[in-house]
Amino acid sequence: MAFLNFLISGISLGSIYAIIALGYTMVYGIAKMLNFAHGDVIMVGAYICFYAVARYKLPPLVGILAAMAVCTVLGIIVERLAYKPLRAAPSLAVLITAIGVSYFLQNSALLLWSSNPKVFPSVTGMGKISLFGGQLTVSLVTVVTIITCIVIMIALTWFTGNTKMGKAMRACSEDKGAAQLMGINVNSTISMTFAIGSGLAAIAGVLLCSAYPTLVPTTGSMPGIKAFTAAVFGGIGSIPGAMLGGILLGVIEIFAKAYISTQVSDAIVFAVLIVVLLVKPAGLLGKQVREKV
Amino acid sequence: MKHTTKKLLAFAMVLTMLMSLCSVFALADEGAAFKLGGTGPLTGGAAIYGNAAANGAKIAVDEINAEGGIQFELRYEDDAHDAEKAVNAYNTLKDWGMQISLGSVTSKPCEATSAETFADRIFALTPSASSTATTEGKDNQFQMCFMDPNQGSASAQYIFDQSLGTKIAIIWKNDDVYSKGIRDTFVEKAEELGLEIVSETEFADGNDQDFSVQISDAQSNGADLVFLPMYYQPASLILAQAAGVGYAPKWFGVDGMDGILTMEGFDPALAEGVMLLTPFNADSEDEKTVAFVEKYQELYGEIPNQFAADAYDCVYAYKQALEAAGATPDMSAEELCDLMIEQFTSMTFDGLTGEGMTWDATGAVSKSPKGMVIQDGAYVGLD
Repeated sequence: MAFLNFLISGISLGSIYAIIALGYTMVYGIAKMLNFAHGDVIMVGAYICFYAVARYKLPPLVGILAAMAVCTVLGIIVERLAYKPLRAAPSLAVLITAIGVSYFLQNSALLLWSSNPKVFPSVTGMGKISLFGGQLTVSLVTVVTIITCIVIMIALTWFTGNTKMGKAMRACSEDKGAAQLMGINVNSTISMTFAIGSGLAAIAGVLLCSAYPTLVPTTGSMPGIKAFTAAVFGGIGSIPGAMLGGILLGVIEIFAKAYISTQVSDAIVFAVLIVVLLVKPAGLLGKQVREKV
Repeated sequence: MKHTTKKLLAFAMVLTMLMSLCSVFALADEGAAFKLGGTGPLTGGAAIYGNAAANGAKIAVDEINAEGGIQFELRYEDDAHDAEKAVNAYNTLKDWGMQISLGSVTSKPCEATSAETFADRIFALTPSASSTATTEGKDNQFQMCFMDPNQGSASAQYIFDQSLGTKIAIIWKNDDVYSKGIRDTFVEKAEELGLEIVSETEFADGNDQDFSVQISDAQSNGADLVFLPMYYQPASLILAQAAGVGYAPKWFGVDGMDGILTMEGFDPALAEGVMLLTPFNADSEDEKTVAFVEKYQELYGEIPNQFAADAYDCVYAYKQALEAAGATPDMSAEELCDLMIEQFTSMTFDGLTGEGMTWDATGAVSKSPKGMVIQDGAYVGLD
């Protein structure tokens, strides 16, 4: 029974990584850039939801929608101001800019909302489900997180496969130049990608802070890095890959803590990552793209 | 167009330079006060401690200055609970002309700044940096709080004396000297007293959100008391997650637990019954404490924690030592350093955080801790 409990904690933690990883992988897949500020957009989303729900006593759903709206706008603004002027620049320059944006967001949050930790109100309620005569307890947050994660993954897969915008995104990811020649507005497609990624970040932020309810300006950074790892693990650019990578990472982390050592669990997680990348360099579900010369 | 921008920029730069000169002169004018400086996390995750200490010290300085007699000029610099930033903050203070120091508020930064104050021969009395390395091998570093080893063994002793639990679980943070220091001596003392430690689990920075494994380890090993040598932020998560799985042992914290009730949005019901050892009790009916708590509430709108009281005591201890030594503000930091070492190793000080405190040559304080328990969202003395 302990095994099942650990598995459920692992899946719960993993689904949060997965939602964050979806944002990373979308932006990487389409804009071919690593948006390291993604973790901090999560933090902004969580703060907006915190203020809406805890301070202004709005219903949780309104809080989530407000967080999504603010993060979407923030994502678009960040893309316009920081990344768009660098569209033609080498990817290293964009990467450094992303790190800069990340620090900018963290420090702005520090100024705006102070450093005192806030305790996030649960948006799902504190309920828990008992199974097998109370031997196995699953908190409501876990259930909501897992369901949300699956819904988002299915919706995104459908969106990129079936809608016009989604097809445009895929075209951009294959070849920006050719897409432009075919009449696709590459700039607005990339902005759209950022908007969706940031909206997802808001949901991730709310779920992250519902499960682990302390909120500080650096809340998003470590989960952001782990989710990035998850995205690489699953094959960056692949939507099902991000989901798989996220959940596996969460489960491995919890199992490493439970069965090997709480002291070196992170080292084990990253060791597994290295092994996987040695065997499958493109990640679990990543496509091996051969460069034509 | 381009030229105007450049000229404007140059003008702005000149202005900035002039202004910085002005501020230097303004500071240089005041010579009749002792320059007292300290670093602490005024921002960042540990800001509750830094701000509390800075506020507590400020109240003491204002009171002393209002009395006439010895005058202090207090300056706190932010170190964001980071060793590197603390050294930068310390250098700023040194440039300002700091004569005596309040060290740093938290252990990690204080280990860094104490090496500097030791090398520069500036006397330092830290309100709350409790690790051994802060004072070890440095003759001019003193502490107002208990040293970590003392906290650990005092906690084990207290648990044993009050027979609070027989099967003990420990969750500690393995990349933090503060947590490790307390854990080590706790385990040592517990073994000596025959307390059984049934579960011991760890966590580290970046791995401090999910505690399900640690909690279930304690639970499945039947621990009836969980010892949490850590700061309140991870502790609040542990309490919440334990409540989520319906695990309700006795919780026993250390001084880092202080502050948990002032977290915005924290449900005090989660901390109900949490015990901790702390030298300061804001509910105490002692006259000095009541006056301090009232003043603090009036100025900062919250109940002061132990850190505020420690810093307040530091300033008063300095006042007593400086008066006894007949020190004057025109003395150099090095002269003051020698006088202070002499005074602190021989004097007895009564403050908010203890009566009859004395210091030994290593810089460690001797005072007795008070057991506290959280009841209905407030700290209540256990004895």
